[in-house]
Amino acid sequence: MTRKEADPYRLDQALVWDGFKRLLPISLFVTIFGTAFGLAATQIGLGDGTIMLMSTLVFAGASQFAALELWGPQIPFFTMIITVFAINARHLLMGATLYPWLEPLSPARRYGIMLVASDANWAMATQEFTRGRPGLGLMLGGGIALWIFWVLGTWLGLNVGGAISDPASLGLDMVMGCFLLAMVVGGEKNLRMLLIWAVAAGASLLAFYYLPKNSHVVVGAIAGGLAGLSWGKRNHEH
Amino acid sequence: MNIEATGLGTLIILLAMAVATLATRWGGVFVMSFVPIGYRVRQFIHAMSGSVLVALLAPLAVTGDNGARLALLTTAVIMLVLKKPLPAIAGGILVAALFRQLSPMLA
Repeated sequence: MTRKEADPYRLDQALVWDGFKRLLPISLFVTIFGTAFGLAATQIGLGDGTIMLMSTLVFAGASQFAALELWGPQIPFFTMIITVFAINARHLLMGATLYPWLEPLSPARRYGIMLVASDANWAMATQEFTRGRPGLGLMLGGGIALWIFWVLGTWLGLNVGGAISDPASLGLDMVMGCFLLAMVVGGEKNLRMLLIWAVAAGASLLAFYYLPKNSHVVVGAIAGGLAGLSWGKRNHEH
Repeated sequence: MNIEATGLGTLIILLAMAVATLATRWGGVFVMSFVPIGYRVRQFIHAMSGSVLVALLAPLAVTGDNGARLALLTTAVIMLVLKKPLPAIAGGILVAALFRQLSPMLA
């Protein structure tokens, strides 16, 4: 039993359900985000069907808000694709970081789990893996929860969205930022990690100011990865 | 190339957005399936996973308003003290909301 509990590669129905429940609190905030998106999209002039289909198929908040900026009677096709891809490029890194745990799975399961990859469930799954506990249930179950509530929130935005006209005045724009920061602070902390984070933050800011739009996450993350590689891991064995 | 935002055009845009996003969700896993995962790769991945979040947060902290900065600070402090994410997140949001409600009154 303890042997089984400790297996970080484990993925079964109970773990998926557990992951679903553990992402429910943050899903409430995702619902509010979705509401804000639905409302904003209506105001831009998108049809209800288009808005619902976008949230269902794309399921990536930041890029959907950005898409609204480009929306009009004429939509620049390639600009839209590049913008969406660039904003969501962090998923590439998330997939890469999860790969060691996804490797033993069949391709169908591997890519099935990644269908619902998102910031919150990935951050929680990663933290779970760091503690040597199974995280794929959080990834899949939690991702399903986030997806359902994102779509539900969007629908609410179309129907009762007027109730939240200014999410920022209620601090709601900070939900994801605070959540992700809590994950960072709750993770591994030591001098080496702090140095890596400093490199990541510095590179991200440089890219933010001097490189093309939306490149900062990828640049910062790769810089942090390279920093970790060049400083190596301190061995405590001797 | 511009696409008309009506009927089929809208559907094409939506599908293209979905495919572009799916490519990001699947691409990292796909590429890694060709990379042998040795010690060095594992080390790179490990350092990168925290860095993704830091890189995402850095511009938010620098370019955000004082409400945003206070929110992040509050979350970090509560997380360090209590080590529980939910109070840390709730605290951050509350501080941002309070600050944004109160600061216009003080100005």
